[in-house]
Amino acid sequence: MPTPVIQVTSLAKHYKVPVREAGLKAATRSLFKRTYNTIKAVDEISFTIQPGEVVGFLGPNGAGKTTTLKMLSGLLFPTSGAPDVLGFQPSRRQADFLRQITLVMGNRQQLAWDLPALDSFELQRAIYGIPRPEFLKTRDEFIELLDVKDLVKKPVRNLSLGERMKMEIIGALLHRPRVLFLDEPTIGLDVTMQRRIRSFVEEYNRRNGATVLLTSHYMADVEALCKRVIVIHNGRLLFDGDLAVLLDRFSAYKTIGVTTGGTASWHQYGEVLGQEAGRVTLRIPREKTPEVTARILAEQKVEDLTVEDPPIEDVIEKVFSQESAEAK
Amino acid sequence: MKRHVDFYLTNMKIALLSQFQYRAQNYFYMIGMVAEPVIYLVVWSTVARQQGGTVGGYTAGGLAAYYIVWTLVRNMNIVFTPYGWEERIQRGQLSAELLRPIHPLHGDVAYFAGWKFVVIVLWLPIAAILALIFRPVLHPTWLQVLVFFLSIWGAYLIRTMLLALLGMIAFWTTRVGAIYELYFALELILSGRLVPMTLMPAGVQNAANFLPFQWTFFFPINALVGQPTTAELLTGLGMQALWILAGVLLVNLVWHFGIRRFSSVGN
Repeated sequence: MPTPVIQVTSLAKHYKVPVREAGLKAATRSLFKRTYNTIKAVDEISFTIQPGEVVGFLGPNGAGKTTTLKMLSGLLFPTSGAPDVLGFQPSRRQADFLRQITLVMGNRQQLAWDLPALDSFELQRAIYGIPRPEFLKTRDEFIELLDVKDLVKKPVRNLSLGERMKMEIIGALLHRPRVLFLDEPTIGLDVTMQRRIRSFVEEYNRRNGATVLLTSHYMADVEALCKRVIVIHNGRLLFDGDLAVLLDRFSAYKTIGVTTGGTASWHQYGEVLGQEAGRVTLRIPREKTPEVTARILAEQKVEDLTVEDPPIEDVIEKVFSQESAEAK
Repeated sequence: MKRHVDFYLTNMKIALLSQFQYRAQNYFYMIGMVAEPVIYLVVWSTVARQQGGTVGGYTAGGLAAYYIVWTLVRNMNIVFTPYGWEERIQRGQLSAELLRPIHPLHGDVAYFAGWKFVVIVLWLPIAAILALIFRPVLHPTWLQVLVFFLSIWGAYLIRTMLLALLGMIAFWTTRVGAIYELYFALELILSGRLVPMTLMPAGVQNAANFLPFQWTFFFPINALVGQPTTAELLTGLGMQALWILAGVLLVNLVWHFGIRRFSSVGN
């Protein structure tokens, strides 16, 4: 078993936040006596990530995903639990550690606004002390992978959001980090641009064996890149394992699509979600799927039949709602 | 060391490229800045003429030289402001800088140093026009020119440290503006920015000796336009070096505690 790249044991981050009622009286009182609430942004989570793994970090807004990424990249001191990333304690922010990681945040702007991205890449070279031949090789490889040969020569201010994001990603990976923390890297981008960035991350991981921890609200990102997912909610870890297992455990239904030439009463097999032009979509309890599929094939004139898991968004929603119900 | 030199040169190049994009804005800003020394110059030249030609040892031509050189020194003194620190800390831009394997202050020093080269090029025509109008009188020796050149960079570094210290207060409070205004008032009186220090009362001059401000304005200007002795010139450079060193130590100390707070609260 190789040494884990990321090792997190009982990691927590608590914030003390001043609170008061509305109004002048409460404001005056708070001048003399402040009341605080403790917010558990991350509450004793533990996991390990092996070299080369691409892990999806899922949770609703405010779940603690970004806080965790910030603790792992060294931007935040944990309240408890000392995470280990590449054998370093991130909060010490040693130069040797920082040279091996990157944190890409979808809403952060790192490039010089008025200059072509090529100039900003040059600055990245100097910041990370990348030898020039290696820098040029990496830069040109990334430019080709993302197909941005002409864009890198335009001032960044003249680029679209998606084009800028491509430049941001190139800039963030020029030093070929071994660990990538990607926080919503495709936020606000159109489907084509999302797909481009997704395949770039996949290719980077394949070529460099890098470890990736990714948060995204776009499940397509997670499905395409991550075999394993970690789900957190209200700072607590709800699930850590294969995406397939998550789907298995939390999806109570499957969808059966049938293309048929015949006419029949489809309600006998399950809930009919849609029926048009010889195509029927049914929702079937998960455990009954094999039996119902066999019956349909035996009893109906079937031209085509598909069995699908429900959209991953629905599954994740179910994980959260189940957890909330348990909390009550 | 080699890595730092490369970083500084590249960052300075980026600053040059960026600021030449803003050449018109830079120019208007510099022209606007000329109003302040011209007012001082007109007032003190009038006083000098009414006092028989000199005031505090300065002739009208000497005062013209003082305030024209002032315009360059003032531009050399522009550094990353406390307002910039406030924004950087509160809006979380600092987070991105902390992820780099180099202290953010190196980036500030390098970037503004690169900008200075743009400033110097843009300043030359302004200085020429002011010289045509106000007829400055100055006869510097080569040593004075050399010391002046070194001291404007010393002034730049001292002020960088001072304003970084002020700016880092934003780690603890959300408003550093008020403290910056107080600093600004002290600097105006104790630096030679308002009037040459030799025109100030003896008490103010004594107090200024123990403070960093005059080494950022009066010393560089006087090094070029006054008649300082060699010992005074070298002592001045030494004082600048001491204040830079003290500034670096203090900045590191405040940074150490400030960054702990930033990392506890986050942004």
